[in-house]
Amino acid sequence: MTTDLTRASAADLADLLSKGETSSVEVTQALLNRTDAVDGDVHAYLHVDREGALATARDIDARRQAGEQLHQLAGVPIAVKDVMATQGLPTTCGSKILEGWIPPYDATVVTRLKQAGMPILGKTNMDEFAMGSSTEHSAYGPTRNPWDLERIPGGSGGGSSAVVASFQAPLAIGTDTGGSIRQPAAVTGTVGTKPTYGGVSRYGLVALASSLDQAGPCTRTVLDAALLHEVMGGHDPLDSTSINAPVPAVVEAARRADVKGMKIGIVRELTGEGFQAGVQARFDESVQHLVDAGAEVVEVSCPSFTAALAAYYLILPSEASSNLAKFDAMRYGLRVLPEGLDDPSAEQVMAATRDAGFGDEVKRRIILGTYALSSGYYDAYYGSAQKVRRLIADDFNRAFEAADVLVSPTAPTTAFKFGDKIDDPMAMYLNDVATIPANLAGVPGMSLPSGLADEDGLPAGCQILAPAAADERLYAVGAALEQRLLASWGGPLLGRAPELSAARSTSMGA
Amino acid sequence: MASTLPTCHKGQRTVGPRQGLPRIPPRLARMAELSRDDVAHLAGLARIDLSDAELDKMVGELGVILESVATVQQSPIEGVEPMSHPMPLVNVTRPDVVRPSLGAEAALAGAPEADQQRFSVPRILDED
Repeated sequence: MTTDLTRASAADLADLLSKGETSSVEVTQALLNRTDAVDGDVHAYLHVDREGALATARDIDARRQAGEQLHQLAGVPIAVKDVMATQGLPTTCGSKILEGWIPPYDATVVTRLKQAGMPILGKTNMDEFAMGSSTEHSAYGPTRNPWDLERIPGGSGGGSSAVVASFQAPLAIGTDTGGSIRQPAAVTGTVGTKPTYGGVSRYGLVALASSLDQAGPCTRTVLDAALLHEVMGGHDPLDSTSINAPVPAVVEAARRADVKGMKIGIVRELTGEGFQAGVQARFDESVQHLVDAGAEVVEVSCPSFTAALAAYYLILPSEASSNLAKFDAMRYGLRVLPEGLDDPSAEQVMAATRDAGFGDEVKRRIILGTYALSSGYYDAYYGSAQKVRRLIADDFNRAFEAADVLVSPTAPTTAFKFGDKIDDPMAMYLNDVATIPANLAGVPGMSLPSGLADEDGLPAGCQILAPAAADERLYAVGAALEQRLLASWGGPLLGRAPELSAARSTSMGA
Repeated sequence: MASTLPTCHKGQRTVGPRQGLPRIPPRLARMAELSRDDVAHLAGLARIDLSDAELDKMVGELGVILESVATVQQSPIEGVEPMSHPMPLVNVTRPDVVRPSLGAEAALAGAPEADQQRFSVPRILDED
């Protein structure tokens, strides 16, 4: 077990805390010190709640001392994506339109973290309203990839992936509408899960596309993801799409790490052409590891997946244009008065505010969605996209008759450099080509590190997909693969990431 | 409250087939060739006061995106039931009893302007 508290897994920290070998204050302080040392470079956080986190830590330490039975993760700190409402803490969604907004309530996920006694370290950066694959669309500047500060950390949840990859937090909350947990995990060498749609409450999650959005865990190990998934998940009467069933046995599956006799389906449409050679090579090795662990490999075809990206970029903007209509400058958030008008109308104030408060990508998608929903175009575009969505769900159903889980590379490439795709929206959208089908069908998916690509030495990700409500399979397969990869690497992949601001880190003395 | 679900669309034009490109349905061609006026109209419907420079940039970008997403029509979707949601939706109800909710002060805490425990908004009607 590592003695560096910032590098320890959440499971290890929970163990140390329960044995009294460290305190939550000690852990929280070590992580805050790490943030002081490295986040000037990484910029994973939009807001750090030093006092709040330490107050929770002190409270948990006192209760533990008093002999209270606490949640397993009590005292283990966590970072929360800035798209989750946090009472008393700023929540901006990476947008100027919500600059300075302090929600008067907590998202259900946040309530559950608080009930478990987990100190909330701060709010993580993201592409504005979760629209993007690089955090370059954050109104507050991008987050940098801890593996190479000139490269993107993925998106939209690049803050959450970078915060765990740079050892500023063992755990973070992400949200995934088309890959925003899994793609950032892949390009930062971390683990991320998008649970089954409805598996985690969306109450208090600022909606991007309501039929696609799902919150999930961002971590460094598969077991940690399972532990966090269990805390976050479960039925919530405040979300009418929440599944009224117990959380799948994800922790047990992660601990068992057993794939013997399982059928692993390789999706023909999500391999080969279009995938970077090093990403494909690491994926092929991962498949071999699963075979060595006793799984059987089959090839499956999901022909409609090739239309998933097009369907997604009609469905998402349509839902987003509707969801973002609530930013009207009347009840909360920014209000900008149009120039040159003495007595502007509410409508003119709304239009001026939305122009000033939204960034380019948000405007692009709102207008695209407004168009796709227009009378005369609705059937041809939004309607057609909904039919493609059905075909994709049917493809999944057929594939899961032949295989227990499906696998693919998570993202087509390793992390690209800032600016490479910012002026080419379609090139940016292609990052999510392998992750989008799961959101359209509502099935759960996980990304875990598969190794470093030979050509650039940057992390690649392996994606696992399971049938709806069978999230535990992700953890069984993920944990089995992780075990074998760790053995072959001789330690965690993140151990090979360059040291961040080493001099400053030492002088801070964690 | 302004709607972002427009019920009409102006600026529809007829566009002839272009040479050298795969044959695509006329409506699809129109969509991919969104004009600057079309985008300005859509921005109005979406209540976003775009500048001239923004409009110029967006026309080109949207054209590229629209051409790509329009390929949904090439999938075998004939007779397929549209899917709006990943899970079967059931209506959720609860007993009609009072439960705790935000007080007026909390609800108004983020308001750009408040007056007498209410949201204060610009005029919503013309004066004459």
